[in-house]
Order: sequence, then C-alpha cells, then structure tokens
Amino acid sequence: MTDFLLELRSEEIPARMQAKARGDLEKLFGAQLSEAGLKAESITVYSTPRRLALIAKNLPDATEAVSEEAKGPPEGAPDQAVDGFCRKQGVTRDDLEVRDVKGRPTWFAVINRPGRATREVLAEAIPAIIRAFPWPKSQRWGEASISTESLRWVRPLSGIIALFGGEVVDMEIDGIKAGRETMGHRFMGQPSGVSQTVRAEPVELRTDRSETLRQAQGERPVILIDGVDDYAAKLRDAYVIIDHDERANIIRDGAAKAASDAGLSLVEDEGLVVENAGLTEWPVPLLGRFDESFLDVPEEVIQLSARSHQKYFVCTSPLPQAGGAGGGPEKVGKPTPNPSRKREGNLANAFVCTANLEASDGGKAVVEGNQKVLAARLSDAKFFWELDQKTPLAKHAKKLENIVFHEKLGTVADKVERVAKLARWLCEEGIVKSSPQVGEVAARSADGGGPDKEAPTPNPSPQGGGAILSKEKLADLAERAAKLCKADLVTEMVGEFPDLQGLMGGYYAEKEGLPQEVAGAIRDHYKPVGQGDEVPTAPVTVAVSLADKLDTISTLFASNNRPTGSKDPFALRRAAIGVASIVQINELRLSLIDAICQIIGDFDRAVTSAPADHSDRRGLKGQGDGSKNNPFVLYSVVETRSSVLAFFADRLKVQQKEAGVRHDLIDAVFALGGEDDLVRLLARVKALQSFMDSDDGANLLAGYKRAANILKQAGIESSPPVGEVAARSADGGGLDNEAPTPNPSPQGGGEPEEKALLSALDAAEPKAAIAIEAEKFEDAMSALASLRGAVDAFFDNVMVNDEDEAKRNFRLGLLARFRDAVHAVADFSKIEG
Amino acid sequence: MPQAIIIADAKDMPVVDGKANKGQPLNFQDMILTLHHFWADNGCVILQPYDLEMGAGTFHTATTLRALGPDPWNAAFVQPCRRPTDGRYGENPNRLQHYYQYQVILKPSPQNIQQLYLDSLVAIGIDPLLHDIRFVEDDWESPTLGAWGLGWEVWCDGMEVTQFTYFQQMGGFDCKPVAGELTYGLERLAMYIQGVDSVYDLDFGGAGVTYGDVFLENEKQMSTWNFEVADTETLFDLFKKATAECENCLDAKLPIPAYEQAVKASHIFNLLQARGVISVQERQKYMGDVRDLAKGSCEAWMEKNGWGEIAGAGEAA
Repeated sequence: MTDFLLELRSEEIPARMQAKARGDLEKLFGAQLSEAGLKAESITVYSTPRRLALIAKNLPDATEAVSEEAKGPPEGAPDQAVDGFCRKQGVTRDDLEVRDVKGRPTWFAVINRPGRATREVLAEAIPAIIRAFPWPKSQRWGEASISTESLRWVRPLSGIIALFGGEVVDMEIDGIKAGRETMGHRFMGQPSGVSQTVRAEPVELRTDRSETLRQAQGERPVILIDGVDDYAAKLRDAYVIIDHDERANIIRDGAAKAASDAGLSLVEDEGLVVENAGLTEWPVPLLGRFDESFLDVPEEVIQLSARSHQKYFVCTSPLPQAGGAGGGPEKVGKPTPNPSRKREGNLANAFVCTANLEASDGGKAVVEGNQKVLAARLSDAKFFWELDQKTPLAKHAKKLENIVFHEKLGTVADKVERVAKLARWLCEEGIVKSSPQVGEVAARSADGGGPDKEAPTPNPSPQGGGAILSKEKLADLAERAAKLCKADLVTEMVGEFPDLQGLMGGYYAEKEGLPQEVAGAIRDHYKPVGQGDEVPTAPVTVAVSLADKLDTISTLFASNNRPTGSKDPFALRRAAIGVASIVQINELRLSLIDAICQIIGDFDRAVTSAPADHSDRRGLKGQGDGSKNNPFVLYSVVETRSSVLAFFADRLKVQQKEAGVRHDLIDAVFALGGEDDLVRLLARVKALQSFMDSDDGANLLAGYKRAANILKQAGIESSPPVGEVAARSADGGGLDNEAPTPNPSPQGGGEPEEKALLSALDAAEPKAAIAIEAEKFEDAMSALASLRGAVDAFFDNVMVNDEDEAKRNFRLGLLARFRDAVHAVADFSKIEG
Repeated sequence: MPQAIIIADAKDMPVVDGKANKGQPLNFQDMILTLHHFWADNGCVILQPYDLEMGAGTFHTATTLRALGPDPWNAAFVQPCRRPTDGRYGENPNRLQHYYQYQVILKPSPQNIQQLYLDSLVAIGIDPLLHDIRFVEDDWESPTLGAWGLGWEVWCDGMEVTQFTYFQQMGGFDCKPVAGELTYGLERLAMYIQGVDSVYDLDFGGAGVTYGDVFLENEKQMSTWNFEVADTETLFDLFKKATAECENCLDAKLPIPAYEQAVKASHIFNLLQARGVISVQERQKYMGDVRDLAKGSCEAWMEKNGWGEIAGAGEAA
C-alpha cells in the first residue's frame, strides 16, 4: 500500500472555479482508479490560486492479475472461423487450447492479464485527467498554441508533481514532465529570505524553451517534495497554506479580529471568505478606513463598492448612544437600513481587506493603497449619488422610452404605463385595500421562517399601520409609484450597480420628498425575489409589485416567451411564485383572469395602436379575442388566459410543496375549472387536505372510487360541471335532473339502504352547496362526510347490477348523484391513494 | 522574515539617468522610459503610438493585426486612448477622456511572461514584498474586434494596474500561436508610485511640470467638444464615409488602410455616443457595423498573408 501525491501547478486559477475544480479532480481521479480496478483508502483534494493538489492514501501497488477465458468455435471448424476468433481475442493459434464442452471438443482462448503496476496506471491516468478536465473556460498558450489542438488548461499549466510512494511517476504532457519540484509563495516563498531582484541580464524571449524556463527560475529556489508527508509542511515553510479550508478559517477569524480590535464588528459574509481564500496562498486580513463623509452615501452602495469590486468586508460600529457619545457617525435623518439586511449597528467607516502576504512593513503600505482605491470608488459612488439626485425621478423615467423591454413588447416606458394602469385598477376594484391586509409586519413567503420583525418601509412610522386611505387616494399613489418604479434603471448608480435597482429609486424618491408610500413601493416592488424573501404588505407596494409581475407574465406569455424545461430567461416562474405569495400573505381576492384581461387588452391596443374600440374592449373582458389584429401576439387572449392559469397551478404546486400541501389535491380543485382566485383555491385545497387526512375522508374516497368504477363499467362517464349539480338537486328531492344518468325515482328504491342514501344526498347536497357559496369549505367537507355511513351501508347491502333493469338504473343513478355531489367539492378522480 | 527589495541598488536598475535611485519615485516620463528600457532589453521592438484616435492600445495594428498569423512578434509601445464618454471636464481626479496605456505584446506568449511582468513592476519601483500584487480573474472580450482572451486584472494593493490577457481569438480567427498582451494603465500606476490623489498632480518630468500643466486644458476643451459641441450631422456623415472607404479598401485588397478606416469609424461612433444621439436600439446596429469592418479587415489581412487557410499544427511554423 502506497500513497500518491499529485500537484498541478498553474498560473492563477479564478477563485470562483476552485471549488468545482477540486470536486472534478477527485471525481476524475476516482474514475481512473476504478477503471483500472484500484481503490484508494482516501482521496483528499486541495486548491490554492496557483495549484490543485490531490493526496490518495494507501493505494495498492499493482492491479490484480486477471485470467479470462473465451469460448471459440468447435475443433474442426473452418480456418476462417478460428482465425476470426483469434483476431477478436488478440491471441495467436498457439494460445488456444481444446476443451470438452458437452462431449464436443471446442477451442478456448485463455488470456492471462497480469497485474499492472499502479505507477503505470497513474502515468496514463494523469494525462487523461488533465485532458478531460472540465474547466468552465480554458485556453491555449505558448509555442505549442501554433496548433489549436494544443493542451488546454484554465490558465497556463506550469508544472506537475506526481509522486507515488516518493518516486516520480514517469509521465509527460505537452512537454511538461512530472517531477518533485514545486514553488512556494510568489513573493515570500524564498526560504533564504532574500527576495528576487531584477536581473541585470535580459532574458532572451526567443531562446529554447527549457533555457527560458531555467533563466526564469534562476534566482527562485525550487522546493523539492519527498512525498505525501512533507508536502503541506514544506509549502507552509514557503508561505503557502495548501488547505483552502484552513485559509478560509484564517480569513474568517482574522477579519473578525481585525474589526473587534478596532472596536467594531465585522459584517459576516461567507461568500467573501471563500472568494478571498481562493485569491490567496497566505491570507492576511488587514483593517483600513475611509473618510466618514462617504457615510452619506447609502450603505448598500458602500457595501457593494467594497464587496463586488474590491472583495472587502465591511464593519459596523456599536449603535450610537442617545447623546451620540459613541462617536459614531451622525445618522440623524438618514433612513434606516434596508430591513432585509440583518446586522447590529450602523455601518462604520472601516473595511477589512485580505492581503496575500505578510508585508515587510507589517501591511502599512498595503492598507494605504487599498484605502486609496476604496476612496476613489466611493467618490465615484458619491458623485453618482449626488448627480442622480439633480434630476427628478419623473424626468429619469422619460428616458425609459429609449430602453427596450422586449423586442416584441415595446419599451420599458410602455411597460410602466401598463403597470401603472393595472396598479390603479387593483386599487379601484378594491382588490388591494388601504387597510393593512395582514399587519405591519413583513411576512416571509413560504415557510414564514425568519423572525424578521422589522417594518417593511424605511420610515420609522410604519406605513402599513398609518392612516386609512380612500380608495381614490390609494389608486393615485399606486399609479404614481408605478410610473416611477423603473426610473432608477437609467440612473448612474444603478448603471454602475444593477443589483441596487429599486433600492436606489426608493432613496431618490425619499430625497425628492415623495410620499413614503410611493418611495416604499418603488424600493420594494421587485419583492419577493425568490422563496424566503420578504413579501410586501404595504398596500401601495402590493399594488405595484403585483401589477409589475402580472404584466411581465401575461405579456411574455402572449408573445410566446414561455418558460420551457430548464429555460426561463425572464424568470417568469419566480414572478408567478411572487404573485402567489403576495396574494396569499395579503389575502387578496383577485381574479387572475380579470387581471390578465386587463393587461392583454391594454397591451393589444397599445402595440396595434388601433383606435379605441369599445366593442372590442367588451369582447376582451369577456371571452372575445382582441388579438386578431396584433402581429406581436402569437396567442389569443383566451389561449393566453388558460395557459397562464395552468402555469400558476404548476407554480402553486411547487410553492405549496414545502408547506406540505399535496399537489394532487391542488389538481383536484383546479380541475373543477373556473377557479382563478388563489386564496379561495388554497382554502379549498387545505380544507380538502385535512378532510382527506381524516377517516371520513379516506372512506369517502374509497366509496367514491368504487362508485366511479361501477359507473365507468356501466358506461356512465363523467358528470356535468360542478356547481350546477348541487344547485340542481337542491330542490328538495325533485329527482328530475337531466344528467345523462338513469333517473333514480323513489319507486325504484325499495331497500332501506337506498332510501337512506337518497335522503342523505338530499340533505348533504344543499348543505355543501351553501357552504361552498359561503366559502366555508370545512362545512362542505362535513356535509360530504355525512354521506359516508349511507354510502358504506349501500355498498355492503345493495347489489347495484341487479337483473331488474329498473332497479339497476335506479342504483346507478344514485351512485351518479353521489359522484356528482362529491365533484361539487373537488374532482376526487385526481386524488391519489 | 522576507526583506524589502532595495530599489536604489543602481546596478540592478535599467539605465534611466539615475533619478529613480535616490529613493525618489519615478516621474511620469521616467516611468515610461524605464518600461521602454525594460522591454527593449527583453527583446521587444519599441514602437511609437499609432497616429489615429483609438479607444485602447489593443486597436494598434501592432496588437490587432500582429496577433494574427504564425510569425513571432514582440513589441512595446505607449498608446494614447480616447474615451469620449469618460471625460469629466478635468474635474474628476481619476477619469479622463484621453489617457495613456502602455502595451506589450509577446507572441507566442513566453513561458515566463508573468515573471517578466512582475520584474517590470519592480523596475518602476513597486516592491512586491511591500505591496500586495495579485492576479484576479478578468477575461477580455471585444465584440468590436471579434476577439477574446483569458487572463487577469493585476491588482496592486487592490488597485487594478494592468490587464493581462492571453489572446485566444482575434477578428474571429483562432490565434495560432497565442499572444500575451499586457496593458498598463500608466496614469494609475504613476499616481500610485508617486502617491498623489489627483492625476493632474502627477510629476510629469521632474522639472516642475505636472500632468495638469500638460493636459488639464485639453480635458476641459475636449470634454466640452465631445459632449456638447461636436456637430452630430458631421459625425454621422464621417461615420458613413469611413464605412464606405473601408469597404473601398477591402475591395482593393488593402487590409491595413481598411483597418484604419474601421478604427476611425469606431472612434466616431464613440463620439456619437458621447453626444447622446444614438438610441439603445441603434447602438447595436452601429456596433455591428464597426465589427463587420474590423473583422473584414482582419480577414483581408489573413488572406493577404496567405494565412487564411492555415488548418492546424506545425504547418506554418
């Protein structure tokens, strides 16, 4: 058993690719081993910016010898056949032997495959791994790149260590021979302590390759590795920490310490920890400062400047005391930070950068340099912040006329118009009401997990709990907010930091003195972004957010930009879940079909620029097709409407899965058709689910399935649409229904169980109908439950398929009525189990 | 503990009249001269700037056209860059509509190219044991030139001082072999080395002349012209004419003059952008036009040199 060490040294590997590269190396190596029939006791992989390494412990020294035999043609077969067999097996005739098979002499080839030395397996495996390595992007380099077939790697590959038990594995790929030499830290890795100096003699660029190599490394000591055991330690001596996790720990702890030493706390950011670990071989966290005056800029901007461009952590200072004694920056009049970011204290004028060396001056110059860079970035940001404010949002919004939303759907300005109209409509129809629908607290979508109890608006006075606005006033605010909600897309700041869309608009609206409701709606109208994000509850925000998402979904569906498979370039699935979350959390009673008609109707008119036509509009509101003149709309309004609805049903299943709602029950309610009110739909599904969990429900389902089977065999297929069934029968035993089922007349029902079922149905049907009308779905379920006893008794004691046709028809009629009564609540045929 | 490099050790320095040896930072022109010496000593031909307005050193024929084909090529030069939309009327300490790039192109990319580059930083006075020098992923793509490459932005204490790219394609052609391109931001580097916060405060030549003395007025006037004065009808007309002339040259199988017209068209397009008269939709179209001109020129260049048919390995080496 022997250990194996592999190091693939290269120029700097992008930080974001290192985690996957480690996984790929492990996987490819494992595959090569198992193909050869080898297995290591353990495989560990490491990465730094300049190397990928793998250590395999306790590999066998050779593969097992294998003896294989193959049966050939019988003795005496034509030469052709025997020769063919030999070719196929890669043997000569001399290697064949004759054996007896059921009394018949037959040729056999015996192939002894001796075990291969693991060293040889590795010598083939390493080049194979390198050539097959799935880098997201790779390149060619150097003289060999005269051919496009030359070796590719993420960046130029510069050296390979391959040691099997301390012996170099004899392999070479594109002129790079495996050895035992490696390099330490790019600058500190000189054990002598003497740094390289500029060569007095110039390097010839055009010399022989190995000569160039020798010269390039002339003054750079090479580290010789003996094997697995001294690898990490020798690198550590040369200022390289090979283990990425150890570097991450150093950064995590060191950054926190740097902050706390300055009396501050670090804003934790695991993504940055990992990224910095991928950018360093010898990480040294250092604290720097920036001018306090930059704290006027919204802190999200500061954090983004520091993070995305510079990979810096930011810090907070303790919350300022009432008297401002803490010396913290003056924050009076500033909006409270974005509630989605949880942290204690205000942003401090400090950052932590991660250097890749222990500088000779203790990091003073490094910190000074980084401070300068951040200051330049922040002064750019401050410039944008101040410049953007010189133009009112309404004027910024004008520029949206030049930005295409989608080539078939006009500009962003066109979209904004539609959203504003729909937002107004949502308020005027009373769908979004002024009073806070749920409360002042921003709820979380889906699981309601986070204990996030901050107000959803930047203003200390919670808007949700503010004065009740008139319907008109609310509609005005919603329209106004909608018209401005995309204006920040053309500001300098959002141009620089696209992630700040919405947020910057909210800040600028506040600075402009627009109403808090408007500013809040501009800021939060993109929410919720994905599950777990905050769901807006402030009425104006709700109206704008809902209108924006519904518009996106409907218009992109109408123009055939629907998600397919894994492709959802416009994030329509996320938008649909957003709509569903907003509707549920705020308990909005919204007919999706009405809303879609509002949008597609307007959209049709807008893009066709046809003169307003009232008859057409009425048609749209109903089931007419206003798209016939519109070259951009590929689908009719009716088609769009039903496909959007089906899309919502699918999304709802996904969304509700985590909440434990059964998808088949959602189907069972959706299958009733016509249900486009998500709140009502879910209430019904939930009532159904708890009913199905009860004995009554389970038994009723069993009875239903039995009845449905019998009816199916009798050729009595599905019943008329629901709703009507219950209403029709609610006339107190009048059994003159026109369903294509036999008419159960009283004289046909002589058995007590028949009578009992009939009267149970007479009692249950109107109860269920009334309950459904009143949206008391539990009551509807109990009405159905009351049928259980009668149904069970009926099946136990009555033979449906009686020889007497009248009796049979009556009984089938009873079952059909029972099935229809159940369908009034849900399509039980969709329910599993 | 590692020790600081002693830059003042005269015998290690390329000859720049000794100024840098007194522990004093290099002035702007000495920095350029130092880089010239360094790269000349390392086998590069030192070229002068291309006499056309261009957005980046990459547009210089010594980079674009010479990156194509099998012939070895090592060159270094300063190229003034025009970025009309970056003008700030001389009011922003970091942003200019006209600035300098120092460009090095090494084809094929030498095995020790990173070390050569780092040595050049030491030559201009950056001590890698005192400063944090890092290669951070930054791939390069120029749709205009039909070109892309992989590489890094080089950070010095968090500041991007150089773009480092291994060209993989140029003008839509695979680079065979691959060239390494180094683009130093000269003003940034100089500000760093000299420790000044405004580009206009840079010591230009060590004789009391600042960068502002040389260029501040230019920035003011050119910003005004770029943003406010340039006659857009004339510009549209010039764009059309450059396009037509490029095609004329291509018909005559003259790739270099054709390429010059493509570079002109590109700059005029940038001016039109600064004047804010190109809508988002039109922008795509104009960029497509310039790309077609540049790619056409590269194709003609390949053809003229008989490289159009190079299929694979060795053949042309």
